[in-house]
Amino acid sequence: MTSILFYMFASLLIGSSLFVVLNRNPIYSVVMLVFAFANLAALYFLLEAYFIGILQILVYAGAIMVLFLFVVMLLNVGPDRARPQWAAMDRWWFGGMVGVVGLTLLALVTRGMGPLRSSAADIDDGFGEIAPLATDLFSRYLLPFETAALLLTVALIGTVFLAKRRI
Amino acid sequence: MSELLYLIVLFPLIGFLVNGLLGRWLTERQSGLVASLTVAGSFLISAWLLLGLLTLPEQTRRLTQTLFTWIPVGELQVHVTYVLDPLSAVMVLVITGVGLLIHIYSIGYMRGDPGVRRYFAYLNLFMFMMLNLVLSDNLVVLFLGWEGVGLCSYLLIGFWFSDESKARAGMKAFIVNRIGDAAFIIAMIMLFDRFGTLSMGDIAWLAPGVSGDTQLLTTITMLLFIGAVGKSAQVPLYVWLPDAMAGPTPVSALIHAATMVTAGVYLIARNAALFSLAPVTMATIAIVGVITALFAATIAVTQNDIKKVLAYSTISQLGYMFMALGTGAFGAAVFHLMTHAFFKALLFLGAGSVIHGMGDEQDMRKMGNLRHSMPITFGVMLVGVLAISGIPGLSGFFSKDEILWAAFEHGGGVNLIYLAGLLTAGLTAFYMSRMLFLTFFGQSRWADGKQPHEAPSVMTVPLIILAFLAIAGGYLGVPEALGGHNLLHHFLSPVLSATAAGGHMANEAVEMLLMLISVGVAGSGIYLAFRIYIDKPETAVTLQEKFPLLHRLSANKFYVDELYRAIIIRPFEMVSELFWKGLDVKIIDAAVNGAGRALSNIGGAVRMIQTGRLQHYASMLLLGVAFILIMIMAS
Amino acid sequence: MVVPIHHVIAIAAILFTIGVMGVLFRRNAIIVFMSVEIMLNAVNLAFVGFSRFHGNIDGQIFVFFIMTLAAAEVAVGLAIIISLFRNLSTTDISEINRLKY
Repeated sequence: MTSILFYMFASLLIGSSLFVVLNRNPIYSVVMLVFAFANLAALYFLLEAYFIGILQILVYAGAIMVLFLFVVMLLNVGPDRARPQWAAMDRWWFGGMVGVVGLTLLALVTRGMGPLRSSAADIDDGFGEIAPLATDLFSRYLLPFETAALLLTVALIGTVFLAKRRI
Repeated sequence: MSELLYLIVLFPLIGFLVNGLLGRWLTERQSGLVASLTVAGSFLISAWLLLGLLTLPEQTRRLTQTLFTWIPVGELQVHVTYVLDPLSAVMVLVITGVGLLIHIYSIGYMRGDPGVRRYFAYLNLFMFMMLNLVLSDNLVVLFLGWEGVGLCSYLLIGFWFSDESKARAGMKAFIVNRIGDAAFIIAMIMLFDRFGTLSMGDIAWLAPGVSGDTQLLTTITMLLFIGAVGKSAQVPLYVWLPDAMAGPTPVSALIHAATMVTAGVYLIARNAALFSLAPVTMATIAIVGVITALFAATIAVTQNDIKKVLAYSTISQLGYMFMALGTGAFGAAVFHLMTHAFFKALLFLGAGSVIHGMGDEQDMRKMGNLRHSMPITFGVMLVGVLAISGIPGLSGFFSKDEILWAAFEHGGGVNLIYLAGLLTAGLTAFYMSRMLFLTFFGQSRWADGKQPHEAPSVMTVPLIILAFLAIAGGYLGVPEALGGHNLLHHFLSPVLSATAAGGHMANEAVEMLLMLISVGVAGSGIYLAFRIYIDKPETAVTLQEKFPLLHRLSANKFYVDELYRAIIIRPFEMVSELFWKGLDVKIIDAAVNGAGRALSNIGGAVRMIQTGRLQHYASMLLLGVAFILIMIMAS
Repeated sequence: MVVPIHHVIAIAAILFTIGVMGVLFRRNAIIVFMSVEIMLNAVNLAFVGFSRFHGNIDGQIFVFFIMTLAAAEVAVGLAIIISLFRNLSTTDISEINRLKY
């Protein structure tokens, strides 16, 4: 049952991601990306990463994608103009790149996984819930955590500065 | 005493450096003074050394000083060694003496010229090079001087280089001289190959050892002679000298009459030991000399430019010297060289004075009757003309007769060389008198408003001194036949081998007769000129009309320049053009440009990768990452 | 563990490839940016998968930080795009070549 759900969500994730990349209209792309991230969150749940799944919906599907949508609408970006000519060279290039990157990654997956144990490790109850994550974050990873906070602050200031003034 | 030798050469060099480097801070007067004083220093030291030389016994009269080794390459050791022996002493005294007078004269002649410092710098450089030429024992150092005087000649002919014809004249001189210089270099290489040294003293000493190898000696001496032909303006390489008159007149006097052009004569006299062993070369020298003497004299007869007359006269007199060399009379040649230096420098400077006084007019047809306006110039020119014509009592008479006597004796009686020499003597007397008459006698033909005037004393004093020398110079070589002692001959004899001094044991009565004949010929030449140009001025025109072909040939210098243009310069230009348009443009340039274009095209093709689009770069980056990953996995 | 780890990683790889293609072949800067987000999420998926596989929570903590970073990056990146659009009136990155010359 869960594996069926997993493959279903995975298929929807890949399909909607393809739509994002292949569609010409940015508005559709943004909406489909939200959908893709929701599917990804579902995969996280199935992999027993509950807190990360929630975060995925909150931060990505909620905050980040709203920002995207907002910018797309603000700039009123229409569909891409068609390329003057989808030249033969570009097509070869596209195919070549897909092949190279895909094959490399595929090789990584198939070859690199070989020595792995076939079955997953046993896990405690509450793995992937907020408590163990929080314990680690505020103990072992306290300094990175605070640094991340600083990063967000800097990003905030930078964003305001960039967006406000005419540069 | 010999350690003072280097000073002779050093002084003009200092003058050159001072005038050349510091000239801009010198006034015109200071510049001339520096140049003249340095030459005067050289002259005084030469005179002092000559006196010292005379106190030595006859066979050991040779002062040497080795300064340093210039080129030490394996077996080739070129030492800068200066030698003062009787021959170089005569040369040095003539060069510094006449040179000094001309330097002083130049102060007046060049007054007001904006390039006067440059002029004196060149003149001093010339003196330095010329003294190197005559004092050096080594052929390479001699060649340095040989080329150096050529350079100065070029610089001074083209002194007023803004006039293109003058600049071209300088180039012509330089290029024609190259022909001779090439032969000279080959001769040096052959000499070094055979003797292992380029010291002329050593070569003279070693030469008898190879006297059997006639072919080698003939080749070497012929090549040296070709070098001399170029430098001393003999047929067929004489064409540069008339054009060289484009330079300032004192330069013509110093370089193109008295000193540089006699370098060829000096070269052969210096290597007398070598040349004496090559009879074929000697005969060639004599023939070339005679042809040159006669040929140039016939051209001089119809020239209207006062300097051109003197230029052809110089060529003719140089031919005389070569004639003497060819007949083995080296002493006579050097004697004539000396007297010629005196009277020809005098004539040139006198002509310069005339040109100066006439406001830069050189055409004799626009002169006439100048003897009242320029009495001093007229007086000294008269002396010069009489001297060159061979009137008894003046220097030219003694030296010329010695040459004619040598030719007569060499041929064992009346022969072609002697007759041609005699004819040349008559022609010389004729055209020099013609020049004198056209310039100083007859009707004044100059344009209205011209005020011919006598030159300032800074110019006339050297003229008077030269006139004195033109008279007195001959008494150094009064032949025994006239009861003299032929001092110069005895002085030179240790250097110039036996042939030079030996001649005058023959019949004194015959010699006297020959002298009378040549005086008669000279006298008739002068008389003829008097008849044509003073007595009946219209006869000149009548003669022209009677012999139009002869006149045209002579006036146009037998079309030799045109001939050279047609048979050498034109084909050369055509071949050059062929190489230029065919080989250079179509093949070499095409190859070079093609290489460039090919690279540019390859670059254009490769540039496609550099689109400037970030995504292309990113994909390359990705390919690289993929490549590295695959490599890691493969290992 | 509901599925083999291979399958999770394979899905992450496919997702990553899709993101790469979007970055390399789209000209709209916003789409390019979204493709970058897809790539980030592909990595996140791999992290989560490994975390589950090894039973180690550190992978999820990494994902947490990556999300933080992505949030900051998106904010700044979108601000830059807005700024560019103001100046050039385009979001086509093939026309944005100010630094090329």
